Amino acid sequence: MWRQSRWDEGIVPLKKGIRGLSPLIPYEHEFEDVDVDGAIPRELKRDELRIPSYSELDVVRHYVRLSQESYGVNTGPVPLGSCTMKYNPKVADIVVHEEIEQLHPDLPEEYVQGLLEILWELEQWLKEITGMDRCTFQVPAGAAGELAGVLMIKQYHALRGEKRDEIIVPDSAHGTNPASAAMAGFRVVTVPTANDGNVDMDALRSAVSEKTAGIMLTNPNTLGLFEERIEEIARLIHDVGGLLYYDGANLNGILGIARPGDMGFDIVHLNLHKTFASPHGGGGPGGAALCVKKELEELLPRPLLVKKGNHYYWDYTCSRCIGSIRVYYGNIPAIIRTYLYILSLGPQGLREVGEISVLNTNYLVKRLVSSGYYDLPYGTRPRKHEAVLSAARIRRDTGVTAEDIAKALIDRGLHAPTIYFPLIVEEALMIELTETETLYEIEQYAEALIEIARKAYENPEELKKMPLNTTVRRLDLARANHPKRLVLSTKYLMKEVMEKG
Amino acid sequence: MPHPWIPNSAPEIKERMMKELGIESIDELFSDIPAKYKLNRLLNVGLGRPLSEYEVKKVFKEKLGKIAKLDNAPFLGGEYCVHYVPEVVKLVLRRDEFYTAYTPYQPEINQGILQALFEYQSLMAELYGVEVVNASMYDGSTALAEAIRMALRITRRRKIVISRGIGPLKLDVIRTWLRGLDVEISEVSLSQEDGTTSYESLEDLVDSRTAAVVISNPTFYGSIERRVDDIAGLVHSRGALFIVFSDPISLGVLKAPGDYGADIVVGEGQPLGLGVYYGGFTLGILGTRREMRFVRQLPGRLVGLAPTIGGGDRGFALVLQTREQHIRRERATSNITTNSALTAIAAAAYVMYMGGEGIRRLSRSILARTVYFLGKVRAELKGKALPLFARASYFKQVPVAFPGHDYNEVFKKLLEHGIVGGTPLGRYDSSFNNVGLFCFTEMHSRSLIDDLVRVLKEVLG
Ligand SMILES: Cc1ncc(COP(=O)(O)O)c(C=O)c1O
Repeated sequence: MWRQSRWDEGIVPLKKGIRGLSPLIPYEHEFEDVDVDGAIPRELKRDELRIPSYSELDVVRHYVRLSQESYGVNTGPVPLGSCTMKYNPKVADIVVHEEIEQLHPDLPEEYVQGLLEILWELEQWLKEITGMDRCTFQVPAGAAGELAGVLMIKQYHALRGEKRDEIIVPDSAHGTNPASAAMAGFRVVTVPTANDGNVDMDALRSAVSEKTAGIMLTNPNTLGLFEERIEEIARLIHDVGGLLYYDGANLNGILGIARPGDMGFDIVHLNLHKTFASPHGGGGPGGAALCVKKELEELLPRPLLVKKGNHYYWDYTCSRCIGSIRVYYGNIPAIIRTYLYILSLGPQGLREVGEISVLNTNYLVKRLVSSGYYDLPYGTRPRKHEAVLSAARIRRDTGVTAEDIAKALIDRGLHAPTIYFPLIVEEALMIELTETETLYEIEQYAEALIEIARKAYENPEELKKMPLNTTVRRLDLARANHPKRLVLSTKYLMKEVMEKG
Repeated sequence: MPHPWIPNSAPEIKERMMKELGIESIDELFSDIPAKYKLNRLLNVGLGRPLSEYEVKKVFKEKLGKIAKLDNAPFLGGEYCVHYVPEVVKLVLRRDEFYTAYTPYQPEINQGILQALFEYQSLMAELYGVEVVNASMYDGSTALAEAIRMALRITRRRKIVISRGIGPLKLDVIRTWLRGLDVEISEVSLSQEDGTTSYESLEDLVDSRTAAVVISNPTFYGSIERRVDDIAGLVHSRGALFIVFSDPISLGVLKAPGDYGADIVVGEGQPLGLGVYYGGFTLGILGTRREMRFVRQLPGRLVGLAPTIGGGDRGFALVLQTREQHIRRERATSNITTNSALTAIAAAAYVMYMGGEGIRRLSRSILARTVYFLGKVRAELKGKALPLFARASYFKQVPVAFPGHDYNEVFKKLLEHGIVGGTPLGRYDSSFNNVGLFCFTEMHSRSLIDDLVRVLKEVLG
């Protein structure tokens, strides 16, 4: 039986340290005779830093132990829908490399031609994969790509002397889509999903107007369904002068099979940490690309990489661009990992990614639906990268919720799917296996879900108590969130300790 | 074509699965994609075929061959400087359970990551002198842009007063992030004398419409601000918020911004043992005071202490998620989802490894190198080069003006001598064509700095 480690590690910086220790600082002794007394204005001098010191072994053990209380793809399957938690190939770890580690962005371009060449070649590949004309890697993640994208949409209309203030977003969309549109000052117009899982076309037709700046879509959508009427949607939006933004988070299921550029999208972001196997790092840093059609190239954030002859350089000129989304050029390790990933798989492998991720999804759906416990809302069309099942019937019959099911899964050492998203599915279980899980793991996962459902009918109380085998038992989030009980750093605790004496 | 990263591509298994689904060909799973959108050919990517691990490494090596190997640490500055990355930090970056995990949505199975992030929040709170720091932003520049947006929401005002000490790169990012909003941005110059934000200009500009005053301490140009208490007093007396951006490694010797009245603190985590990576793979630090009207407007993830149900045990979980996009959608504090969790954990490991004493020593030693270089410039380059702000106190970075020279030329000549000099500032601000921004860290030995000054003397003639 699986049991997760539990170490009861003390919390740094409250954990007891050792006074008088600190690592050697390079060349420190060479500057000991420099007088720094008057170097800082008196009122700005710091007198204490309340962080203890620890031995190097203490530090190593602390993090090894904390890592053992954590769970990632290299521990077991993490089929979080919308997250594309695939295997992060080990070969790409060579990028954590001394030679890249200390490369400064202000180095002369001649010094980093090899790196710029990687960026350039990868841009060509991503253009081919998406069917777009120009890409930048400056955007640090998908959401930042969305912000850049909607700012470009704003700029596009402004340059044409038009004031359009509405962005259309389906109700199935990821929260970042409406959030990004709002950050750029747009009003968000939500359109519902029809029973077949496509955008409700009647609703869309009445939502579209001369105020429409654009639409944000992901295709396949968050139900894992391909938006079948994409041609008509593109026509509707383009006819009123709007633009189409493609949220690339779900590209995995059509990789090498269909391209957003061919479907009429004008701006596309890719999440390198999803589709292209760059790791998620427990939340980040990720990596992203933002790709556009030719007409929008001059709006892209600056600088842009340019190739002249066999020489690569950065172009900072910006007459109509939106500025820059962050300093410098993007998350270089994630970009290199993407490069190595595509290089490794080649054209055949990439297509295989699309095909097998979809095969895996549908196989799991079949298993779960035929068990009779889980329902598949929005019709039986084949799913793509992911599927959203509903545990609503289990909940009605037994009181066991999607969250209880998630806790029962982690109790078995299997990571739970995304739950309660998309919002349009009751008791949603959004499962994305990706192409990197074996049939054996898929069978195990299906079996676990079916057994849990069975248990829900036999002994729901038992499920409510789970998890028992994880580092801690089920946490009380209501209490954790209570404004009076909130503890956001050890500073809260120190205050309490001091107040109590 | 079967590939070991795609196990079910093995023909036998693939067929078995297809049979179970009752399909003859994989294409049937894509029957809902209109024919006109089907690619029906292979992508033209990579080298046109899959590559073995050995071949992939060969290609990468060939690219590395076109990247210069530096014998000595460069003096380049600006938003990033070279800092040493301890092996302990690399161990943390390479732990499989950390780097292959997702955001800890299921807290019970990811206590380790959550505790590490809680510790990051706590350590940064200590450094910056606040009680609350979120679980990371993308980088310093976007964290600062989000800090400003946060201040706009809290005060419901529409004007921002920004010191030029923020530097041209972050200013550009801020302008981009404020594009969607109808916000007035006033810039305040630095004093030519001592490189501090002009207090008199602030008095003129900060009014009842001002949401926030934004300074950097030290500034982008390395100068240390002086009248921070006065600025804080002024800002607060006009009902605005005080936002301070600080290099975390300066906080071993400099007073914490929270201790001189900053309402929102921001930083770039790269100096905390993260490597430069050509400007990627960094960490945005963003914190505020322990007041719910601030905390509720803080973007990004927050880890809090959480009891188990029925009590008896403590753990950690993501808290206050109702601020975030997946729940609040267009009314969220931000769209941020993926952040910089791994680099945040690495930065926390760095601080733990250094300890408070180590950070203070490192900070003092960087200050000593800065002072040492300034002394050499004043003594040995008299009449040829001078610090941009004659009477400023500097930390880590020193902008040096070379009157009568194009600094780009000086930079090139340094390269010929195997020295990568300071960042040519003309690249980011044409009024600084004769200025180089030199950075000094633990990677720069005395003899390296001596060489720099000697060669500068030579090339300046
Ligand atoms: C559908 C969808 N869109 C956008 C995003 C945001 O991407 P990122 O996390 O890279 O900012 C995500 C991922 O969380 C997503 O699943």
